[in-house]
Amino acid sequence: MNLDTLLSYEWGHMAPEFIILAVAALLSLLDLFLPKSYNRRSLAWIALVGILVAVVSLIGLLDSKSVSILHDTFRLDSFGKAFKLILLIGAACVILLAESYEPKEGLKEYRGEFYYLFLTGLLGAMVMTSSGDLITLFVGLELLSISSYILAGMRKKNPGSNEAAMKYVINGGISTAITLFGMSYLYGLSGTTNLKEMSGAMSAQAANGQFLYLYGLAFFMVLIGLSFKLASAPFHMWAPDVYQGSPTPVTAFLSVVSKTAGFVILLRIILTLFLTMPGDDTQKLSFLETHSIYISCLAGISIIAGNVIALRQRNIKRMFAYSSIAHAGYILVAISALGYFTFDAVWFYLLAYLLMNLGAFAVIQLITDSSHSEDIADFAGLYRRSPLLAAGFAVFILSLAGIPGTAGFIGKLNIFMNALMTDPGHFVLASIMIAGTVISYFYYFGIMTQMFFRPAASTEKIKVPAGIGAVVVLALAGTILFGVAPNTALDFLHNNFGSFNDFLK
Amino acid sequence: MNEILLSVLVFSPLIGILALCFISKNQEKAIKWAGILATVPALALSLFLYSYYLGGNNLSAFSEKVRWIQFGSIANADSKLFAVDYELALDGFALLMVLLTAVLSTLSAIASISIKKEWKGYFMLFLLLETGMLGVFMAQNMVLFFIFFEITLIPAFFLIGKWGYIEKEKAAFSFLIYNGFGSAVLLIVIMVLFARAGTSNIEALRYIINVGGVPLVSPITEGMKYGLLIALLIAFGVKLPIFPLHTWMLRVHVQAPPPIVMLHAGVLLKIGAFGLIRFGLGIFPEQFKDLSVIIAVLGVINLLYGAFLAFIQKEFKMVLAYSSISHMGIVLIGLGALNESGIQGAIFQVVSHGLIAALLFFLVGVIYERVQTTSLSNLGGLSKAMPLTSGFLLAGAMASLGLPGMSGFISEFMAFLGLFKTDPLLAGIGALGIIITAVYLLRAVMGITFGKQGVSVRTKAMRDLNSVEMVPVLVLLAFIVIIGIYPSILSNPLEDTIQLIMTGLGGQAG
Repeated sequence: MNLDTLLSYEWGHMAPEFIILAVAALLSLLDLFLPKSYNRRSLAWIALVGILVAVVSLIGLLDSKSVSILHDTFRLDSFGKAFKLILLIGAACVILLAESYEPKEGLKEYRGEFYYLFLTGLLGAMVMTSSGDLITLFVGLELLSISSYILAGMRKKNPGSNEAAMKYVINGGISTAITLFGMSYLYGLSGTTNLKEMSGAMSAQAANGQFLYLYGLAFFMVLIGLSFKLASAPFHMWAPDVYQGSPTPVTAFLSVVSKTAGFVILLRIILTLFLTMPGDDTQKLSFLETHSIYISCLAGISIIAGNVIALRQRNIKRMFAYSSIAHAGYILVAISALGYFTFDAVWFYLLAYLLMNLGAFAVIQLITDSSHSEDIADFAGLYRRSPLLAAGFAVFILSLAGIPGTAGFIGKLNIFMNALMTDPGHFVLASIMIAGTVISYFYYFGIMTQMFFRPAASTEKIKVPAGIGAVVVLALAGTILFGVAPNTALDFLHNNFGSFNDFLK
Repeated sequence: MNEILLSVLVFSPLIGILALCFISKNQEKAIKWAGILATVPALALSLFLYSYYLGGNNLSAFSEKVRWIQFGSIANADSKLFAVDYELALDGFALLMVLLTAVLSTLSAIASISIKKEWKGYFMLFLLLETGMLGVFMAQNMVLFFIFFEITLIPAFFLIGKWGYIEKEKAAFSFLIYNGFGSAVLLIVIMVLFARAGTSNIEALRYIINVGGVPLVSPITEGMKYGLLIALLIAFGVKLPIFPLHTWMLRVHVQAPPPIVMLHAGVLLKIGAFGLIRFGLGIFPEQFKDLSVIIAVLGVINLLYGAFLAFIQKEFKMVLAYSSISHMGIVLIGLGALNESGIQGAIFQVVSHGLIAALLFFLVGVIYERVQTTSLSNLGGLSKAMPLTSGFLLAGAMASLGLPGMSGFISEFMAFLGLFKTDPLLAGIGALGIIITAVYLLRAVMGITFGKQGVSVRTKAMRDLNSVEMVPVLVLLAFIVIIGIYPSILSNPLEDTIQLIMTGLGGQAG
């Protein structure tokens, strides 16, 4: 590759990534050279500005056509743009939470890296959304994972945080190994790492009935490896411990940005590689029709396990870990029932989930930090201590429970519609999902009972820091807006990203 | 004004919520006044609509329709597909239900002066509940119906759980989970219809199910229609409630604060009946016909089961709770008869029981406030201490057991008339229930009013009904008697609805 080809690429399409990279680099340098006494909290604002600039540059790119640079390893198509937007908004909120984060022993000299590691993780996630090659896909995944491992152990003197980091590294390592194992089959059979070429090769081979079992195995392995990332049952064991032990902003990051990235990579791989692949040489069934049962099982087990185990939790972060497992299951329902509305359903649900979950974690962070405990009893009488905060948290919980008037309800509606309109309909999955929702009422409304029915342990008013307040207000506005007028989001999706027609081209 | 009248009607209670935001939480009197006044616009508007309709005018002038949600980017091809409109409209049946809701809301807001704590939160939730209830009856598509339906769930959960009696939280969760299950089943039905027919508009669905529509990705098969109807029966069966899905409702009736029980027994349970008629009978008439015997049998079981258990209860509230179950059996009997008088009886029973149950539960609330018990053995001889209350209680019981000249009689008579035509044996068995009803109600009420002096009654200085409390009692009793004497005020508005249902059933004359 000579300089001319290098310059001929339309680098502008990577602008959001470059901006995040530059800010991350800038922050690490600042952290290195600033005097020790300097309060590194202000670095958070630089990070935030960086993310916002990246959002603006991404919006500038919305109108551009699908572009592929660097020998097809980086593609900016509507799929990438749509999900990058979610990732960026999520990361911006997480940075705001991190700005206000104050563990009881303090973050001291680690505060700087706390901020730029979020950015590197975000960068990894963004690369994943846009990669057209298994190598870049994997590099993005690892960048995200390694940043997350460090972030989970950010409270270096705290045993819980150390446990979380340790468990996360080990589980993450195993999952990476399994994913790579599956990918190695794909590469070995098709002879390329480029997704588009690979898809062609795979379809041709499958049409002749070649390697079908091996492709099935590869699909299975990749799916399992990635389901660690999604924290879907039965590969969810790490999630409760990691969510509980990590600093709360990191938990929020894992449950929103990292999970979104997991779904993005899963969709990319499934849709580019397996969607058009025939299931046998007679071409009657497609590969996905014969193999989507794996995804359905993951979805069903996640919904049941997540919701049922959450019933027993007293620790709020642990409860939300299980709740997030259940929500991963809901989204998997949409992916398992691939149909006309799948993209809409996944995108909208992730957006809604981002808003309601980040809002909830903002409140959780505030309460757990001020009471130095994570028991749900700390929420007792929140209504007395701070009616507005309690009302906000109630809205997030209602949205998570899928009550009408909130974004969570519309998200669930979309998923149901997608699951039921296919032929044959996914009635079992839809029933499991709705049963899971009803079970979830128990623990979601259990929090409500604490907040509204129980007397408060202390009458001390709660002071809301600016960062947390901003996240709560933003998430609240979004949750209600997209619940009452969902077409503000859906039209935006359709106008700017079409029906993701350019995805496979 | 016409185009937004229904929206104003539905959302007028929300104005009250806004107003309440600006009242300090300690100003008890102002809060209660604001709460009561906020229910008045809906009442006035629904009375206006009622008289407008009785005047021979068409309600369709008030229909509203605005595009709300468009799923998928299919709009360019066919903008009707996968779209949910915000559409409200009224027909005679819905109008009656709206009027019932508005009347009971105002009366129960008046009854809420007995609430002892946190009035502000109480009335905010109360008004939200009213909005949900009003919307349910006007929604013209199933998604919108479901949304209003769920909106009633959340305030009711809090109202029961916070302002109820001793075991309130258990009752609230029981309410939430059973109803959550019911609405979950309902949501599945709605989404199957929506995903496969591409619309959730009731009118359009009626056509698609019975005549056939444009084939989309996947069809609604014949077998599926039966499945959907049975699912609807379960979903609304929880709400109604149909035995054996009724246990939650007993807890709610005993533990919830009296004004909320008034609304609950008076309106919320009736949503189940409304839904069965609107969706079950309206969208799936053919399938409903095939299942009608089962529905009638369920009705008879409900009637007898409720009546027998009401007979052995020691708590007056439990007697009334089981009596509600029993009376809802009559609705099912009327629907199972599937002829004009049966359906008319069912709808009459919905309205009439709404009024009677509200009256009785209001009086129970009054009695409980004075004597702190509703146990039958402790309440004997109330007529000396509280003559007015006892008198009205007796009147309510008479209406409930179906004394001619009161609303209960008309509805029971019509429902059974219908069933005797189609299935005399079943109707004969069911008619036993009427006798038991008389027995258990008289046993309970006579015991309370004229029975042996109860412990609680003798020891306390008693106040009888005060003037504020007289208002709900007199209004409810007046409605009950007027309907009993002059049932046309109900049957006239219902004509078009019943006509539509009968056409759906294939013009089977009643």
